[in-house]
Amino acid sequence: MFATKAASLLLRRSAASASSSMAAVRGAGSVGSGIAANNLRFLSSSSTNSTATFDLTGSFETYNLETSPNNTIDMTKEELLSHFELMYTMRRMEITCDNEYKARAIRGFCHLYDGQEAVATGINAAFEPEDSWITSYRCHCTALARGGSVASVLGELFGNVDGQTKGKGGSMHFYNKAHNFYGGQGIVGAQVPVGLGLAFANHYNATPGKPMQVAIACYGDGAANQGQIWESANMASLWNLPMIFCIENNHYGMGTSMDRHSSHSDYYKMGNHIPGLRIDGMNVLAVKEGMRFVKEFVGGGNGPMYVEMMTYRYHGHSMSDPGTTYRNREEIALTRSTRDPLEFVKRTLIDAGFADAEQIKEIEKNIRKDVAAQVMKAKASPKPSIEPHLFEYVFTSNGGKEQNEFPPHIRMPDFQKSKYY
Amino acid sequence: MFSAGYRSIARRCHASSTLLQSQAKRTMATTEMTVRDAINSAIDEEMERDEKVFILGEEVAQYQGAYKVTKGLFQKYGSKRVIDTPITEMGFTGMAIGAAYKDLRPIVEFMTWNFSMQAIDQIVNSAAKQYYMSAGDIACPIVFRGPNGNAAGTSAQHSQCFAAWYSSVPGLKVVAPYNSEDARGLTKAAIRDNNPVVILEHELMYGVSFPVSDEVLKSDFVIPIGKAKIEREGTDVTIVTFSKMVGLALEAAEVLSASGTSCEVINLRSIRPIDRDTIINSVKKTGRIVSIETGWPQCGIGSEIAAIMMESDAFNWLDAPMERITGADVPMPYATDLENAALPQVEDVVATVNRLTKRQLVA
Ligand SMILES: Cc1ncc(C[n+]2csc(CCOP(=O)(O)OP(=O)(O)O)c2C)c(N)n1
Ligand SMILES: [Mg+2]
Repeated sequence: MFATKAASLLLRRSAASASSSMAAVRGAGSVGSGIAANNLRFLSSSSTNSTATFDLTGSFETYNLETSPNNTIDMTKEELLSHFELMYTMRRMEITCDNEYKARAIRGFCHLYDGQEAVATGINAAFEPEDSWITSYRCHCTALARGGSVASVLGELFGNVDGQTKGKGGSMHFYNKAHNFYGGQGIVGAQVPVGLGLAFANHYNATPGKPMQVAIACYGDGAANQGQIWESANMASLWNLPMIFCIENNHYGMGTSMDRHSSHSDYYKMGNHIPGLRIDGMNVLAVKEGMRFVKEFVGGGNGPMYVEMMTYRYHGHSMSDPGTTYRNREEIALTRSTRDPLEFVKRTLIDAGFADAEQIKEIEKNIRKDVAAQVMKAKASPKPSIEPHLFEYVFTSNGGKEQNEFPPHIRMPDFQKSKYY
Repeated sequence: MFSAGYRSIARRCHASSTLLQSQAKRTMATTEMTVRDAINSAIDEEMERDEKVFILGEEVAQYQGAYKVTKGLFQKYGSKRVIDTPITEMGFTGMAIGAAYKDLRPIVEFMTWNFSMQAIDQIVNSAAKQYYMSAGDIACPIVFRGPNGNAAGTSAQHSQCFAAWYSSVPGLKVVAPYNSEDARGLTKAAIRDNNPVVILEHELMYGVSFPVSDEVLKSDFVIPIGKAKIEREGTDVTIVTFSKMVGLALEAAEVLSASGTSCEVINLRSIRPIDRDTIINSVKKTGRIVSIETGWPQCGIGSEIAAIMMESDAFNWLDAPMERITGADVPMPYATDLENAALPQVEDVVATVNRLTKRQLVA
């Protein structure tokens, strides 16, 4: 199903002066169904050799749009390195989750994001902290991008008290309001109308004449058919809300491939008259530039947009799914070898002259060490005690510095153990 | 209320006759079967028996079911009768209900009952009330089934019991199997019933094996909806419960018998209609009653049973007030210790029963 071409990075250096090199990079390969092979041209770099211009031709397809994202993006060495570092941390974190789950340190559902790292990283890079974000249960990495740490994520998965939600939520429920991250939602599709509410609030609170903060709801190709998404799209368009409907198309909803759950597969066109953009979701540069454009468009009062990220999940749907009964191993292997979002950033770093293979190895080594250290820290956190943790946060108070309001009575299985406040 | 003296004399007269009946009912167990296989074989046989029966839901066909309950059905019956749907509960539930209006007999699988919340309007408003609203013109022979209740470590949105929700709706029948016998008999009864039937299965029971008799394996084995089963006879306390908690009650009864307390365990099997007679008769015998459920206390199944105690002559036979054992009145937390604390445990049952047997209402 993937018309994937092997990514080949050809770096052509011009005979430019020592302070300014000209080069062209061919990269990324196609994103599969729909998007043509992406010729990533590394056009120029600055005198200090720390800013480069990359060609994004072929990374986008537009629908009902008169404008489109730029076909180039400028990026500094620091920016690209930080994207790589975040993505590599995500990858290591998810692989650690896999191991810890198999070691029975994590329980319940556990949905991993490896393969999709460029999507959350690119969105994060294009967004301001004031923009709101809500996503599905596949949320560890968004939590990381939005103010979390490996320790707070793993601590939660271990069910420890220093976990991001103090052991209350587990894998599917991460939140961080200070960072405008609203979850972490377990019911397929339900995050979308709620995400629209975030956009509604941004619209409501906007200063007239100024760009609005946007809201994004990320959901899967499987979720994309949910009726409540159509309802949300209608309202978003009717009221010009700064809303981004973001389909992370990893081609499967659990064990059902998209051709078996959707009567059409151009998700970016699913909003009917609502403009759409399809982005190569394995290319963090394209995601960042695409989302810069989308944010500007919807934040500018032009109404909502549908965005489709072409991506892939390496793991099974959740830990109980080997992920190999409904798709063949060759497909997974081919994606890994030709479209891997991390391999792509690494090659881009090298080809732009931002880092060499040795430096990258060093960065990776440090991140692996850091992840391991944070996992140790997360493990050392104690378990939440029944008192007060079982009873906290049923209600919030109506003002006052004590956030919690306890109901007068919380009944326990044995009523004699009930709590009275 | 009768006097305590009267209650105890009358009780002794009843005791011998019920004991004889129960011994006669016991049948020889021959085979072991998982609850999963019990449901699977029941659906399979009913699909074979009636062309109008078909099953739809997320991952039921090619993936063989998220919990493998529909294993093999797609291979046997093909895509016409075993249908993978998109993740669109409200749509496919409504569609199945419409098909039932036209006398097809759909089985709607919810991957878990948590997701039926997306479709509850269709179940309550389009299925449950249709026969009544149409003054008997349009019936709705449909089955809604899937795992209900607590799962392991899946926290607030994926671990909750909907028995109280669905059992409050007139026009719906609601059953909750405990073991393989229940699962086979109730699934078949539900599919053959001409009304909408909700089957609340339990994920943590799918893999559990139980002995089943030859009788249970017969293709015409059905359990009448509306009848409870006395799983264990006893004289001191009645424990009423359903689904996975039947196992907990039996375990607690074993512990309590060691210290000389004899518990009668009632497996409700059917929550609507609820078998008032079996509960009331048992209470007349024991004089004490405890309910167990994993759902929240307020407006729960235990609350309903307590009301039955008040509204029936069972009240006259109570030696102590009824007690409920329920899930804690909080959303389900993730961490193991918190989750355990939020759910009924054997020690909760033992403590409650011991407390109850010490109390004595005198009137
Ligand atoms: C309303 C609802 N129905 C079913 C489920 C069970 N479920 C969880 S994830 C999932 C598949 C979703 O696929 P997709 O939207 O493509 O997202 P992905 O998992 O690929 O990220 C299903 C069926 C659910 N959580 N909520
Ligand atoms: Mg998907």
